[in-house]
Amino acid sequence: MRLAGILIALVAVLFTVSLISGYSNTSMADSLAALIRDNGTPLSVVMREIRLPRALLAMMIGISLGLSGAAMQGYLRNPLAEPGLIGVSGAAALGAVLAIQSGFALSYALALPLSALGMAVLAVLAILFLAGPRGSSITLILAGIAISALAGALTSLVLNLSPNPFAAAEIVFWMMGSLADRSFQHVWLALPFMVVGWALLLSLGRGLDALTLGEDAAEAMGMRMTRMRLVLILGIAASVGAATAVAGVIGFVGLIVPHLLRGIVGARPSVLLWASALGGAAMVLAADIAVRELFPTRDLKLGVLMAMIGAPLFLHLIYKTRKEMA
Amino acid sequence: MSLLVLNSLSAHRAKLPVLEDITLDIQPGECIGLIGPNGAGKTTLMRATLGLLPFEGHSSLAALPPAKRARAVAWMPQSREIAWPVSVATLIALGRIPHLPRGASLRPADQAAVRAAITRMGLEDMAGRTVTRLSGGERARVLIARTLAQETPLLLADEPIAGLDPAHQISTMQVFADLAREGRAALISLHDLGLAARHCTRLLMLSAGRLVADGPPGEVLSERNMAQVFGVSAYYSETDNGPVFQPMEVLP
Repeated sequence: MRLAGILIALVAVLFTVSLISGYSNTSMADSLAALIRDNGTPLSVVMREIRLPRALLAMMIGISLGLSGAAMQGYLRNPLAEPGLIGVSGAAALGAVLAIQSGFALSYALALPLSALGMAVLAVLAILFLAGPRGSSITLILAGIAISALAGALTSLVLNLSPNPFAAAEIVFWMMGSLADRSFQHVWLALPFMVVGWALLLSLGRGLDALTLGEDAAEAMGMRMTRMRLVLILGIAASVGAATAVAGVIGFVGLIVPHLLRGIVGARPSVLLWASALGGAAMVLAADIAVRELFPTRDLKLGVLMAMIGAPLFLHLIYKTRKEMA
Repeated sequence: MSLLVLNSLSAHRAKLPVLEDITLDIQPGECIGLIGPNGAGKTTLMRATLGLLPFEGHSSLAALPPAKRARAVAWMPQSREIAWPVSVATLIALGRIPHLPRGASLRPADQAAVRAAITRMGLEDMAGRTVTRLSGGERARVLIARTLAQETPLLLADEPIAGLDPAHQISTMQVFADLAREGRAALISLHDLGLAARHCTRLLMLSAGRLVADGPPGEVLSERNMAQVFGVSAYYSETDNGPVFQPMEVLP
């Protein structure tokens, strides 16, 4: 309970900092006043139409990635699992890449995220078909790897055959993941999918707890494995698919956040779901503040920074695990 | 009132029969040992009984909806998988999941059940320790406590005492016998026929997927059954201290 309070406070503080950080010299009080009341100044426009959706998206994406990561690790009973495993983010990226390459992305603002979401839906259908009707986790991983590989190959193919270097550069930059220049349109597009995804994933708590004892014991405790797997796939697909559609590929959050929090809130999967949702929000908010504050004049990509932070953290975790095993 | 009824239960794996035509009935007050050589079908019988694998015939437990079944029978699988480094008390409390309303935390009755299970298995000193740091035998006792915390009329356990030291083997068998005396029932598979003879009220002997003997230990562990099913000679004697059973030699 106390930890929940601390995490919520952390997210609230980072959300506020995110709102006031950026390339303009205004006081915090002025900025927040302009946010709360539309006083017709340019600052008000910046706060209400650029900063607020950006901070909201960072929070929503963080919740999606953290929650999905915790659910995936709990389901597979493996601390190295991450939401990208089921291939949805790779497929969403392919959808976005196709939209950029074909020029469809220029036709209207939501063309790109919609195309990404469409591809994510296709990936889910393919995974459900490939993984088969029984609730095994092995076939799910194999299906996910196959879809990821296929999406990656097709993305490379599009880049390879791209006749237009500008489109290729745009694709590469988009794939690095960013929250720059997003609007409330993106928030409204992603939010319904994410809320559905969050609800599905949070409903898995009991089942994931029971799975601590293995699939056989969990099933004997009244859990329906086939249904659990379906809820997991749909939950991750809806939340991570929407996150990738609006922000590109942001790695490591779903892997690192549950891992870090396991040492603090304990390893029980149902508790870790909530904690990782909040922790993920904090981490993406912090990273998105950092990309603006570290290099205000260069467009440092969020996904790049996340990987720069995530990889060393991961190395530290390996070191810690090795020490524990010795 | 039967706690479990099996009627002509059969199971196949890759079209080969692994269980054939098993019919039995378990009443409250029974502590039943399921015995048989490796590969006789003990695990398959328990898993089919629970509806964890496809079978033909009828199992009264498999017929129940999952949530209801979880309040009628607790199951300890042979694999002692514990995925996460949680505390012993947290792990045992997982046994309360079938009784808890969705999203609720442990109520006083649940906490009492967890404490009772800890006491029964003598785990008081271990409650705060991390399960993944325990030895194999200690883990087994924690997992038995987890099934006890489920407080079901019937308990199914697959080789629960394998890997335990002699004192804990005896005390654990005593726990199963106590459950039976309290009007519940236990069906456990085991290879220690001496302990089975001493603590079980009834034995089920499986051989190549068939139930070849069902009755009190003295009857089931007959010289003929031991020779035919296990291929060993054995020593059996009723003493003032209860039955003593010891397999002796592999028969030619």
